[in-house]
Amino acid sequence: MANIGDYMSQEHRQCDEAFARAEDAVASGDWAAAQAAFEAFHGAMQRHFALEEEKLFPAFEEATGMSGAGPTQTMRIEHEQMRRLFEEMKQAALARESAQYLGLSETLLLLMQQHNIKEESMMYPMLDEALGSRAGELIAAC
Amino acid sequence: MLRFDQAPPFSVPLRFFLTAPAFAFLAALVALRQGPALFESRWSPAALAITHLLTLGVLGMVMLGAMLQILPVLAGAPVARPRAVAFAVHAGLALGTLALAAGFLTAEPALMALAMGLLGFAFAVFLSALAWALWRVRVVSATVAALRLAGIALAVTVLLGLWLAAGRSGFGAMPAPALRDLHPAWGLLGWAGMLIAAVAAQVVPMFHMTPAYPKWMRWLPFAALGMLAAGWIAGPVGLYAGFAATTLWLHAKRRRRQPDVNFVFWRAAVVCSLAAALVWLATPYWGGQMLVGVLVIAGALLSVVTAMLYKIVPFLAWLHLQARLGAQAPNVRQYLDERKQRRQLWLHLLAVALLAAAVTAPQFFAYPAAILFAASAVQLGSNLLSITLEYRKRAAS
Ligand code: HEM
Repeated sequence: MANIGDYMSQEHRQCDEAFARAEDAVASGDWAAAQAAFEAFHGAMQRHFALEEEKLFPAFEEATGMSGAGPTQTMRIEHEQMRRLFEEMKQAALARESAQYLGLSETLLLLMQQHNIKEESMMYPMLDEALGSRAGELIAAC
Repeated sequence: MLRFDQAPPFSVPLRFFLTAPAFAFLAALVALRQGPALFESRWSPAALAITHLLTLGVLGMVMLGAMLQILPVLAGAPVARPRAVAFAVHAGLALGTLALAAGFLTAEPALMALAMGLLGFAFAVFLSALAWALWRVRVVSATVAALRLAGIALAVTVLLGLWLAAGRSGFGAMPAPALRDLHPAWGLLGWAGMLIAAVAAQVVPMFHMTPAYPKWMRWLPFAALGMLAAGWIAGPVGLYAGFAATTLWLHAKRRRRQPDVNFVFWRAAVVCSLAAALVWLATPYWGGQMLVGVLVIAGALLSVVTAMLYKIVPFLAWLHLQARLGAQAPNVRQYLDERKQRRQLWLHLLAVALLAAAVTAPQFFAYPAAILFAASAVQLGSNLLSITLEYRKRAAS
């Protein structure tokens, strides 16, 4: 049976890969490759966020009545913090400012990792618990 | 109500991180005052004072501060009264460590009694907060399991330490010699080793961009604890050597190839751990205990702790600033000039090398080692202070 935790954690690993490729390209000064790699990373993150914010979190909030100050709210706030960094990283990649990009990407990496720990050790298990049998259907729908 | 967002105020973890370099500096001062005689015996008063200034004052400070920061995240609930808990743990640990070091140096029973009271209190508060948080966790990930076991190992270390301290200062019988080795074993191979392996499992794949550690390595903390409980010290030494070798192998496959201060600190820690294991194995034939201590405490533990500080402190500064300033908040690399980190890295590595040399030729190397160790501590303190001042400046603007 499909399990939200496993599936979403797997997506985290794939986003990490894409993140690393973009950073490597920036560090090596290959800006055409860097911009493409950043777009690939950015796209993967946006899709991952969308799956959470538009499908999984609403289903969870409905099933448990936990919205407002609940855990999904905190996750959304952290997504916003990351989105601001994506915008700044995009500008830095376009302007070919590698020091600026690398400083931002390190900030993002720290934020992303502590966010992933929260999701993988608290949020996803709660999603699996609350949504149980609907998990497969929700993931498959995307 | 489940809450993730209970990050405590910046001042809560920061006081722990800023205190740590001061204890490293004190350790260097004791080494300087003692000179070559320091390296004569691992049980000499100065060696024991330095050991605890480093294990409790530096390692303990940073680890406890970092744990108080992440407990609410792991438990999904705020630690009750975070400021009061942090104040009690920080003050108890700082004053207790000072009293313990002074107690070793002066052999004054009243100081030892004071140290036992303060440290007993600080660890009782910390371990209660830890137990409360870790037993609430709903899903026991590998990290949570490792933190629980490390907590148990810390409790055992502290109890054995209190017993030894009571024995030394005449409040009770000294434990049997066989038990005497168990306190450092539980402290270094149990508590410190497990925590660092848990941190490595997160940090190495992510920050150095390596493949993940093999899944079965998650059993390492359980195996280490079991072996320690059976009183078998060679077991965990072998396990950690295996873990360190695996880290080297992962490092060889890393994708992030930028020269990075953090990476060099970790690499140094890994090399020192492996060297310590080899020296320990050779120790029955060749008295290498002092060298093992230098390699493990100064070489491995301090390197990892310093690497952590350079990641955590700027990140917390950013996290607190961006809540106020949004995109205006400087990114994590803009709080401290990287050259200053690099300078401290080289001072630290040189100090470790000189300390290792001082074990075999103290008459030549004891003073240079102590001076470099002091310089490294000052540079670390000044670097962390720079980050804090930059944070203050931006927060006020
Ligand atoms: C409440 C806290 C602690 C107290 C009261 C304490 C007390 C002591 C005492 C009295 C000794 C002397 C042992 C002897 O004469 O055989 C000792 C040795 C030692 N302790 Fe602690 N300790 C504490 C915590 C720690 C921690 C957390 C660590 C490590 C992470 C540690 C590592 C060591 C080491 C490495 C030695 C040297 C032993 C040797 O060379 O055989 N201690 N401790």
